[in-house]
Amino acid sequence: MEEFVLMKGNEAIAEAAIRAGTDGYFGYPITPQSEVIEYLAAAKPHERTGMVLLQAESEVAAINMLYGGAGAGKKVMTSSSSPGISLMQEGISYIAGSELPCLLVNVVRGGPGLGTIQPSQCDYFQSTKGGGHGDYNLIVLAPASVQEMADFVSLGFDLAFKYRNPVMILSDGAIGQMMEKVKFKPQQPRSKKSPDWATTGKTPDRERNIITSLDLDPARQERFNEKLQAKYKEICKKEVRYEKIKCDDAEYLFVAYGTSSRICQKSMQMAREEGIKVGLFRPITLWPFPYNEIREMTGQLKGILSVEMSAGQMVEDVRLAVEGKVKVNHYGRMGGIIPTPDEIVENLKQKIIGG
Amino acid sequence: MADDTISTKELIKEENLVYKKSKILTDNEFHYCPGCGHSTTHRIIAEIIEEMGIQSETIGVAPVGCSVFMYNYMDVDMQEAAHGRAPAVATAIKRLLPEKYVFTYQGDGDLAAIGTAETIHACNRGENITMIFINNGIYGMTGGQMAPTTLVGMKSSTTPYGREVSLMGNPIKMTDIIVNLPGTYFVSRQSVHTPANVRKTKKAIRKAFEYQALNKGTCFVEVVSNCPSGWKMNPVDSNKWMADNMLPFYPLGDMKVPEDQD
Amino acid sequence: MTEEIIIAGFGGQGVLSMGKILCYSGVMEEKEVSWMPSYGPEMRGGTANVTVILSDERISSPIINSFDTAIILNQQSMDKFEPAVKPGGLLIYDGNGITRHPERNDINIYRIDAAEEATKMGSTKTFNMIVLGGYLKVKKLFKLESVIKGLKKSLPERYHHMIPVNEKAIHRGLEIIKEVATVS
Repeated sequence: MEEFVLMKGNEAIAEAAIRAGTDGYFGYPITPQSEVIEYLAAAKPHERTGMVLLQAESEVAAINMLYGGAGAGKKVMTSSSSPGISLMQEGISYIAGSELPCLLVNVVRGGPGLGTIQPSQCDYFQSTKGGGHGDYNLIVLAPASVQEMADFVSLGFDLAFKYRNPVMILSDGAIGQMMEKVKFKPQQPRSKKSPDWATTGKTPDRERNIITSLDLDPARQERFNEKLQAKYKEICKKEVRYEKIKCDDAEYLFVAYGTSSRICQKSMQMAREEGIKVGLFRPITLWPFPYNEIREMTGQLKGILSVEMSAGQMVEDVRLAVEGKVKVNHYGRMGGIIPTPDEIVENLKQKIIGG
Repeated sequence: MADDTISTKELIKEENLVYKKSKILTDNEFHYCPGCGHSTTHRIIAEIIEEMGIQSETIGVAPVGCSVFMYNYMDVDMQEAAHGRAPAVATAIKRLLPEKYVFTYQGDGDLAAIGTAETIHACNRGENITMIFINNGIYGMTGGQMAPTTLVGMKSSTTPYGREVSLMGNPIKMTDIIVNLPGTYFVSRQSVHTPANVRKTKKAIRKAFEYQALNKGTCFVEVVSNCPSGWKMNPVDSNKWMADNMLPFYPLGDMKVPEDQD
Repeated sequence: MTEEIIIAGFGGQGVLSMGKILCYSGVMEEKEVSWMPSYGPEMRGGTANVTVILSDERISSPIINSFDTAIILNQQSMDKFEPAVKPGGLLIYDGNGITRHPERNDINIYRIDAAEEATKMGSTKTFNMIVLGGYLKVKKLFKLESVIKGLKKSLPERYHHMIPVNEKAIHRGLEIIKEVATVS
């Protein structure tokens, strides 16, 4: 029986990566997530499982290492923070366009530009609406605890290989840097088998495997895009994940993910002590977004406050979900400032209940 | 003289065979312009893979540029890399599949402009890969723009009056930089404009593949090549122009030969 | 039981590791715990603080703006966090370098001159353990053996020879903490 250990979110991701049987980690240091590669370097993953660990010359190189490794059929991952993830966008688009599985971790910091190293949720649009060029989607998982940072590594790889699609864990500096207790799954062996599409060397029993996102013939390129869209539709149908807390009697609703959802739990307790019946809806998959599950609640609700550490990004999806049937507003802080529980309650009162 | 002609029946006899397409080349027709060095270099690589018997152990990485479709012609597993990133892609493949032969095939824009960082760092880490660098001093695929290796005074669609150093800087000798990195094991500069040079190039690329098995570092072969379309010349003239102008600036020969070999 | 604590002082005072030991002590007694540091350049020599929450239930927000307990180890932190203690809550401070002592009369205030005591003990590194001892005296949250176990878990093995010294420091803290003012 594994026991609980106390760890930072970033360290938990690293340990979980080794335990999940990851074949390779390629990354470039950036605050606030450098603990991932530092932990891996100290943990000697090569001795533990044979896992490859490489500090790349840039985020651009790192994401293209993922492309190469994923194309060879291996379980590969990287982690970075906002500016580094921006640099990777071209590569992410290629990976999606070549239908390769991989795991990306974004420990978000405040932007735009070099911004700040403090936590933020300002990369929601970038993660859920494309980010790079072309019609593609990442599966985006939003952990709200150190335990979920660990658990979503193997979940992320499972989804990535099931759908041959990149998966992103969208975290933030707060969850990356905070310590909580976490229990790890036992060590999984690294897979010895390669998927049949992987470039492992053409043997006489099969045609050569080619990893590419290029097809200059518009008709074929459109057919490929239709195939991608069909895959995304299936993901939307099957892979929506969320958590509802005290929603049964709720007249008002917080919608929040990650760090914000944790703060909103506190706000919810405070508001309920004042007799305000507020619940919390926490999307766990930001893409696919739980549109239907939020829409189903509109009958019981008088208003929704979307709480994000951003200028208001997810709130657009909440509005799409409720189709104008319920009042929706946004409260957020920017630039690395984390909203406090009482200012969220205050904004619920002002923007939703009183407004 | 009528006596010298041979019939088709005679011609296809085994003893009259002077050239055979490598089995590693597919039946797809090359899209390259007539006289282009890419076709010859592809053939050389295919022949080496066949002769070494490493088809099932070889993974190639194609670039963005004229040879973006290399995977259409080589009957080996291949990955198409984003522009300039082939060395990073190959790094991961080789590290995750260390028993395999991994090669990149890149043009001058890919390897010496947009991908400079990946080129230098893969070579500096001494990744056990083979890198083939086709240097024809111009951007072929996009229609003849200046390359980082375009000679001073050489015309291109973005230097219509010739490359001017004060504006565009000097042509970069990437292989001369690479050769100084301790991570490289074998570095050579060759060309494919005469049969003799083709043979030398084949010898160099063969070494660059064979040495991968030693795990001693990056093997790097530059092939100085022509671009008849981009240079707006016929193939014969382009080869002559290359010999007269490119080769004095990019002199041929082995540049780093391992001391423990030969 | 839920105990929400801020520990604040200078970088290098062992603020973060003290929080970590508290958390591990909680883990030993099957509590839910969270440890949320301030991070970034300010860690390097400037102010450092960590929010520690210990609870019998799932912890909601790891980031809070009022605290059951504030452990304050420099003047800047006094200015920032004295007002953030909940009425009836606890403030523990080290008098070393404090120019304005706590002024509130609706909270319990204790003083522990740990910096001075650490110097007397011959190891300034025991400073944070003396403070921890003082806190444990007032709050009596954990069995002392859980704290020692937590200390073991928290320290890398190469520092395990330091455990007896740290244990002694905790005991010293239990002895020297002084009540300044209490409510109710």
